[in-house]
Amino acid sequence: MNRAYDKSTQLVCKALDIDLAELNDWNCCGASAYMSIHEMKAHLLSARNLALAEKEKKDLVVVCPACLTTLTKTNRYLAEEPRLKKSIGASLKAANLQYFGSVKVRHLLEVIVNDVGEEEVKARIKTKLSNLKVAPYYGCQLTRPFGVIDDKEFPSILDRLLAWIGVEPVNFPLKAKCCGGLLMMTNEDVALGLTRNILDCAKQNGAECIITICPLCHMNIETYQGDVNKMFGTDFKIPTLYFTQLMGLAFGFSRKELGIDEEMVPSRPLFEKRLEVVG
Amino acid sequence: MNIARTVDCKGLAEYAGKLPNVAVARDYQFTCSNPGQEMIKTDIREMGLTRVVVASCSPLMHETTFRRTVESAGLNPYLFQMANIREQCSWITENKVLATERAKAIVRAAVMRVNVNESLDVEKIPVNSNVLIVGGGITGIEAALQIAESGKKVYVVEKEPTIGGYMARFDKTFPTLDCAACILTPKMVSVEQHENIELLTYSDVVEFSGYVGEFKAKIRRRPRYVDEEKCTGCGQCEEKCPLSVPSEFDCKLGKRKAIYRPFPQAVPNVPVIDREHCLYFTKHICKVCERFCPHHAIDFEQKEKFVEVPVGSAILATGFDLFDASRIKEYGYGKFPNVITSIEFERLTHASGPTAGKIQLKNGKTPESVAIVHCVGSRDQNYNEHCSRVCCMYSLKTAHLVREKTDAKVYEFYIDMRAFGKGYEEFYKRVLHEDVTFIRGRVAEITDVAQNPSEKGKLMVIAEDTLLGMVRRIPVDMVVLSVALEPRRDAAELARVFRISRSKDGFFLERHPKLAPVSTAGQGIYVAGSCQSPKDIPDCVAQGAAAAANVLSFADKGEIELDPTSALIDEEACSGCKICVGLCPYGAIGFDEPSSRAVITSVLCKGCGVCVAACPSGAIEQHNFTNKQLLTEIEAICS
Repeated sequence: MNRAYDKSTQLVCKALDIDLAELNDWNCCGASAYMSIHEMKAHLLSARNLALAEKEKKDLVVVCPACLTTLTKTNRYLAEEPRLKKSIGASLKAANLQYFGSVKVRHLLEVIVNDVGEEEVKARIKTKLSNLKVAPYYGCQLTRPFGVIDDKEFPSILDRLLAWIGVEPVNFPLKAKCCGGLLMMTNEDVALGLTRNILDCAKQNGAECIITICPLCHMNIETYQGDVNKMFGTDFKIPTLYFTQLMGLAFGFSRKELGIDEEMVPSRPLFEKRLEVVG
Repeated sequence: MNIARTVDCKGLAEYAGKLPNVAVARDYQFTCSNPGQEMIKTDIREMGLTRVVVASCSPLMHETTFRRTVESAGLNPYLFQMANIREQCSWITENKVLATERAKAIVRAAVMRVNVNESLDVEKIPVNSNVLIVGGGITGIEAALQIAESGKKVYVVEKEPTIGGYMARFDKTFPTLDCAACILTPKMVSVEQHENIELLTYSDVVEFSGYVGEFKAKIRRRPRYVDEEKCTGCGQCEEKCPLSVPSEFDCKLGKRKAIYRPFPQAVPNVPVIDREHCLYFTKHICKVCERFCPHHAIDFEQKEKFVEVPVGSAILATGFDLFDASRIKEYGYGKFPNVITSIEFERLTHASGPTAGKIQLKNGKTPESVAIVHCVGSRDQNYNEHCSRVCCMYSLKTAHLVREKTDAKVYEFYIDMRAFGKGYEEFYKRVLHEDVTFIRGRVAEITDVAQNPSEKGKLMVIAEDTLLGMVRRIPVDMVVLSVALEPRRDAAELARVFRISRSKDGFFLERHPKLAPVSTAGQGIYVAGSCQSPKDIPDCVAQGAAAAANVLSFADKGEIELDPTSALIDEEACSGCKICVGLCPYGAIGFDEPSSRAVITSVLCKGCGVCVAACPSGAIEQHNFTNKQLLTEIEAICS
């Protein structure tokens, strides 16, 4: 289902005239976990990506908040800590790379909302998703720790985008609370409990569907929904889609193209009768 | 053996004795002592000395001492020079040879320099003994009464329609649980009745010019639309007024009329009309108050007035403002109706507050459980780093009052318990025995999202209990946030008007944190109370009295002495470039347009030397630090 994120992202960006070029020879950023285990090596992983992006003279856009946080941390700390800059610089040099600190790291959601804007997004809507009530789930790493993209506790950037494409974002108090992330691998009970709270909150507030912006959150909420039910005796059946999949639907792409119907919690019943072709 | 540890003092004295113009050079221990000083005086008299050099410690220690010594022997004190061979010589090296060589250079420089020192006379200026006090809270009240009692005239300027400050809003005060109004109102009345105090309420200071001893304060008197002379405080107007609006005094929890006194014991007991809501001002109808006033005191035509008063000194006692708790989104203040701040709680529990002293939720019911949260906006890198000093104590008081008036369970979430004052620890112990649950942990979040049926309708307070090592999630009915004390929102503007500095946290800057807590760098301007840093009532009163004492020490003398080491402009050399004017940190340099020359007001000059260094024409010199004097010193060192 992460393949669906990739497919839908590519389609949506093409439709919005966003020029996406895959970073040449990119490496895994280590995400949040590695930085707690070996900070220097983790910074090096990020710095390598930043150096490569700088070489290509482009901003680095990610669709995963964990990558966003890791890359942003490295970017910031390199600028603030001369000793870090020196040792990372030396390691990069050994790979014939250097980094001058000019790359901006951004999440695609923020690029669409801030750079592309309301008019351009609305202009491409071909399908109306009538009265669909969605719970916009941000997860914990989009706005924390830096609070640069939006309000740390109650962000609204995704709510706004969803309103632009014609769906109804519901009130969702736990919208930026952690789903457990990688704890689903290491401490499943805790993560299942956290995920359960989020599903419960969405349900209580009348959401028919949860929209995510992070592959790990998506996995916990969507793929593990069955495990949540098993553990807590609940019967959640809330379809969960990536924001790019929903945007793709609004832009007129087919469910197959967007990777919809590949998920664990079937979303077909949601869309069967709801898609209305406009403009 | 301070200096002699590394410097060969005997050899140094011999060396000094051979320098040009030196009549006598002595090696003496403890020159600053009485015998030492007597020795210097005797030498001056007997040998007819015209200059004196003492080579010893830092001038900061004893320059004043020795200057007085030579003055008492009939020599001008500025014909004395100090050579620092201790802090700048003996103390910085273990090498005896180097230390002695260096000491010789320092002494040589002082000797050559003192030859070109000039006599300077201290100027004395008369001071006006009137005092301006800005702020009519407990601090300002204390200062005003102390000064007025000594016979000096005091102007108290208060921006609210009544004096009393925050203390007027409190219910009981820790640790004695004194009723705040009961101890405050008699003092408020004393201020109003004192023949030496002129009370200017609903006013603020817009300009403050001049210099110590000769200040001029321009005060804006806002229109109350009620004539203070005619009004008797009968309250008819308030009763008859048809319009009710939320009361600021009650933190918007209760109501007041459009014509109102903030609270019944207001001083002066004269109401004020709120123009923004009054039906006459907004819709040109009503005027019921005017109709019913038996003394014809209502005057809708009243205008803003400006008065200028001459004073010799000023005390700023403008107090604090409270942290805006809605900034901490995690706590839900402003979102959840039953999350309130400490001052709002104070109004709830107050007998003359909006609920007549009943502690209740927004729906009128009595809470069954209350959480008190410490350090909201304090000790926090994200908001204010400082500790607000009083919140631990007022949190304990809050807990005590809840337990006294209700059967509610009380949970107090604290980080530390700062019970520093007299009777404070004892009060803490008392509350510990009142069945209050103390949880050591900073509250992370307050949420209303229930995780199980028993949490429905409650507010869940989540904090790590660091003593148990586990996360607590406690459902309560009401949360009281102990908010931080911050500088007033208009502190920056006030600092600009009075030309005083603020410390990093935004509070007014004292001259020295330990030894001069109520003075500022500017002469004649003092700060006292919470505007300098958060403090409790006893400390506010102490600082109010301290500021009064400071003010009286020169108001009584009737004159002050000016340091003669001020800067001097050579009019011939001044090119009128105005660079110095903007640079002077004390605003001491003006510009005379007709002659196109900069002019220094020597009484404002602090002798910092910035203008001397900056003048591109070299037109400014500083008394006792002239180019000739400084160059002589440098040449002597290098020779």
